[in-house]
Amino acid sequence: MSATNAEESEISNEETDPCLKTEEQQPGDVSPEYKSKEPTGASASVTESKTKVDLLLKPAGDAPIMKKKKWAVEYCKKVSWISEFLRKYLKFEPSESIFLYVNQSFSPAPDTEVGTLFECFGSDGKLVLHYCKSAAWG
Amino acid sequence: MAEDREILREIWEGKIPVCFTLASEEVHSEQPDPIYLLVSRLSYFPVVTDKVYRHFSRCIDQEKLDEMWLEYEGLPIKWHYPIGLLFDLLAGDEVLPWSITVHFQNFPRDELLHCPNKEAVESLYMSTLKEADALKHRSQIVNSMQRKDHKQLWIGLQNDNFDQFWAVNRKLMEMGGDDMFRHIPFRIYQSEKPYLQKLFRPVSEEGYTQNLEQLLKMFVPHIWGKNGELLKRVLIHGVDPPLNTSILWLSEHFSYPDNFLHICIVPMDIPS
Repeated sequence: MSATNAEESEISNEETDPCLKTEEQQPGDVSPEYKSKEPTGASASVTESKTKVDLLLKPAGDAPIMKKKKWAVEYCKKVSWISEFLRKYLKFEPSESIFLYVNQSFSPAPDTEVGTLFECFGSDGKLVLHYCKSAAWG
Repeated sequence: MAEDREILREIWEGKIPVCFTLASEEVHSEQPDPIYLLVSRLSYFPVVTDKVYRHFSRCIDQEKLDEMWLEYEGLPIKWHYPIGLLFDLLAGDEVLPWSITVHFQNFPRDELLHCPNKEAVESLYMSTLKEADALKHRSQIVNSMQRKDHKQLWIGLQNDNFDQFWAVNRKLMEMGGDDMFRHIPFRIYQSEKPYLQKLFRPVSEEGYTQNLEQLLKMFVPHIWGKNGELLKRVLIHGVDPPLNTSILWLSEHFSYPDNFLHICIVPMDIPS
């Protein structure tokens, strides 16, 4: 599937990612807010649905708008992978830069996993990332 | 606010002796002597290796001279992690000085980020610091600071100036009344796996202060055996902190300059 003419909102999954298994093996893998009175049943269902992150990509500054803003991305994809995906999708020139921001406040390291950002900074079941062509928030 | 200043000092003064050797297969003429440096645990390799670059780059075939990168026992070293964290994670059982191999060829693009200059290190450092404050104070403190304060943190760290750094960093460690850290900025590292970072509150829903053991039991329960014995070693700044240490106290005193607690889980057989 080519990123530029993607009709469906899933970013393709070429390889199976071993880190998903690691996530599933950890029974304590539920943050305090989501702790349930019946941890076994609840955490099983939480981990079942936890293979992808709903990602909302929003432009900032003079960045071009994307036709499709919502994407489902695997937990262990890195931020650098999202940047590359955006560069291709928006047909950036090699000389153009792309900056990604979480909470409109900080720019995550390129090797950060999307799942980590979602668990720490996601809200309403999705992770919002702003993208722009020049450094916006520091 | 961090009160135990002596502890902050001790952490700040942590140093590691490192022996840098040029990769023998990349030597163009004669194998140059190794370089020995005593480097701060809190710093970053690109900040302290100018001398290493100057010393070795002239011994390389200039046409093959690429970006410098470091390797330890076959593993490329991530320059954007603090040096102390890298040592604890990769080389805790190493006889000192820590032997690192220097390369100028075949940059491992899939494993390392490019480091074009020191500004790149500063920029990643500031981003991590901002992420930590997003967890602690919803970014309110770091956003209320002036640009010169941000600069002072980096320069204080770069120049190994404790007072300069802490004059600003204390504001990021502040809490008053009910306004304690919302979440503890922490990352758990286990060998080559990607680090683990989750939300963890310093006080439980029932109002109890949480400690290091509670954090580890929640996120890495497999480090305990069936009979409740600890199977791994837990290291921060080369120290085995007692597991009943308050996580809030650790966050204030044992965080790296990027305001994250970088916790290493390493095999038990490493001698102290």
